[in-house]
Amino acid sequence: MLRFLVGRLISIVLTVWAISFVAFAIIQLPPGDYLTAYMAELSAQGERVSPAELEALRRQYSLGDPFLVQYWKWISGILAHGDFGSSFEWKRPVTELIWGRLGNSILLEGLAVLVMWLVALPIGIYAAVRKYSLGDYLATVFGFLGLAVPNFLFALVLMYLTYVWFGTTLGGLFSPAFERAHWSLPRLWDFLTYAWAPIIVLATAGTAQLIRIMRANLLDELKKPYVTTARSKGLPEWKVIVKYPVRVALNPLVSTIGWLLPTLVSSSVIVSVVMNLPTAGPLLLRSLTSQDMYLAGTIIMLLGVLTVIGTLISDLILAWLDPRIRHGGAR
Amino acid sequence: MPQTPMADRPLLKIEDVEIAFSSPDEADIVAVRQVDLALGPGKTLCLVGESGCGKSVTARAVLHLNDQNAVISRGRILFSPPGDETVDIAALKSDSLAMRKIRGNQIAMIFQEPMSSLSPVHTVGDQIDEMITLHEGLKPREARERTVSLLDQVGVPGPRERADSYPFQLSGGLRQRAMIAMALACKPALLIADEPTTALDVTTQAQILDLLKELQEDYGMAMLFITHDLGVVAEIADEVAVMYLGDVVEQGNVFDVFRAPRHPYTQALMRSIPTIARKKERQRLSPIKGTVPSAKDRPEGCAFTSRCPYAFEPCAGTKPDRAPLGNHVARCHLLTESARKNEVPA
Repeated sequence: MLRFLVGRLISIVLTVWAISFVAFAIIQLPPGDYLTAYMAELSAQGERVSPAELEALRRQYSLGDPFLVQYWKWISGILAHGDFGSSFEWKRPVTELIWGRLGNSILLEGLAVLVMWLVALPIGIYAAVRKYSLGDYLATVFGFLGLAVPNFLFALVLMYLTYVWFGTTLGGLFSPAFERAHWSLPRLWDFLTYAWAPIIVLATAGTAQLIRIMRANLLDELKKPYVTTARSKGLPEWKVIVKYPVRVALNPLVSTIGWLLPTLVSSSVIVSVVMNLPTAGPLLLRSLTSQDMYLAGTIIMLLGVLTVIGTLISDLILAWLDPRIRHGGAR
Repeated sequence: MPQTPMADRPLLKIEDVEIAFSSPDEADIVAVRQVDLALGPGKTLCLVGESGCGKSVTARAVLHLNDQNAVISRGRILFSPPGDETVDIAALKSDSLAMRKIRGNQIAMIFQEPMSSLSPVHTVGDQIDEMITLHEGLKPREARERTVSLLDQVGVPGPRERADSYPFQLSGGLRQRAMIAMALACKPALLIADEPTTALDVTTQAQILDLLKELQEDYGMAMLFITHDLGVVAEIADEVAVMYLGDVVEQGNVFDVFRAPRHPYTQALMRSIPTIARKKERQRLSPIKGTVPSAKDRPEGCAFTSRCPYAFEPCAGTKPDRAPLGNHVARCHLLTESARKNEVPA
């Protein structure tokens, strides 16, 4: 187990390094740089900047340096003193901008994942055990509805309905009083009164998918002989199901935990824009359009790191759940 | 009703059972049409027949372990545990308390595939402990002690360490031994063994059969043993019941049935066993002609009609009655029609 862990940690360091390189390369791919985008914006407003001025700015941001030099400056800053560079657009260090928003993202999407699992697993189990029953068909219909309705549309409908019925507008994650406050119980409550809507919106699509996967996995397992063995022992039916096939059917689901977070972050961008949520998604979108390279690069890199960490966590849970992986002897 | 001579009260008596499988897209399939069996306490009854003849379905019906779409549409399954009242298992609901008290406790079962029949994610010990804590309410620690001694008894070396192994860490033979230990945990009156040696190699097979015989003597339990291997039957059975396409065609004392089979199917089956002989003395095997029809095309009368060399008028249309033949019974019109009795080669 320890060996497994050490091996994993070494490969994680290498992977993260590769991710940082690729992330930096990606944000350099579009033609031009922040200054060209900035220039375009200025000239659209009818202002003019002299070439000399432009050259000075370019030197100040060291945008004229070769790629590797720029990358080296960025990565050594991160490694030496956790400096991810500054945002051109916001004129502030990237770290300052990101932490709050990334925290909001992780909190919001973590809760969405939790809701997703809590809702989807029991329904998926029910749908498999009572295959082709009315409940199974209902779960299927609502599941596909949730899958088919675009998130932003669902968000809009939800906002419209709450406005019509309760006269409140949904949007944001905090009331103004708590916007900048430190975490406390009242702030958490305030957060939840705002966050329920985006959580529901974000969870629906994933829930539908999870129900289908759980149902399919469990249907495979229910036919296995070890389930009959468990039944032949005299266990009550619910215990037979929960203790044996469900346990085995969970394994493939657990292995997908690692991808959940980045998927949710990227899929939540539109929802965040629609519902005006201070999460990382809109920030990433904005930084990409304005070619705010250090900000965009950092967000992309951190998403990669989150994926890597998520994969590690799911591997560890999987090893804990499934002895065949833990002992490396599956045949 | 004609009876085979046995102990006064049979432990398990299956009377005229029919089991049908329903499906949303097709007509019901009657997998088991007419099964009569009786098994005395401490005896071994072998249920033999080709794949798909309904032997497994019959055995599973005794514990209500068939799929939900299988219904026992006729007949009774009477179980009379020693010192207890007779229950009609066919009338119990699959997940009822009464049924669950019988499962594992009074009737235990072992299966064909020792790999897939044990949970891959629980240790062997945990799976055996569960049986003991469930039926006898022992504390986990006491249950584990019992588990270890059971594993020891079924010949698992180093039982205390082995109890913490997962099924994939054990060989096929050891897995089946663990399975047997699990089945014996609550000292059942009846053990149902559904082809327990089919997936094992021949040496292991012999060991497991010896073990089962030995344990049967120690525990005084009866065995309902399902197999398609006539060699295994000769080795282990007191009684044998031959099934063909959902019907029990012949049942009786194993020596009588093997020495003097009376149903044309049993006779054909016996002729199709290869024997080891010198080259000069070798004879061609005589296989049974034709193939088993599907349950849908089964004739109203005797199921073997389409392949039987002696078939005559009543065979296809009328179900033959049981004809008592000393120590065994068979269902064949040739036997019930005394006039034609002489035509049956004995």
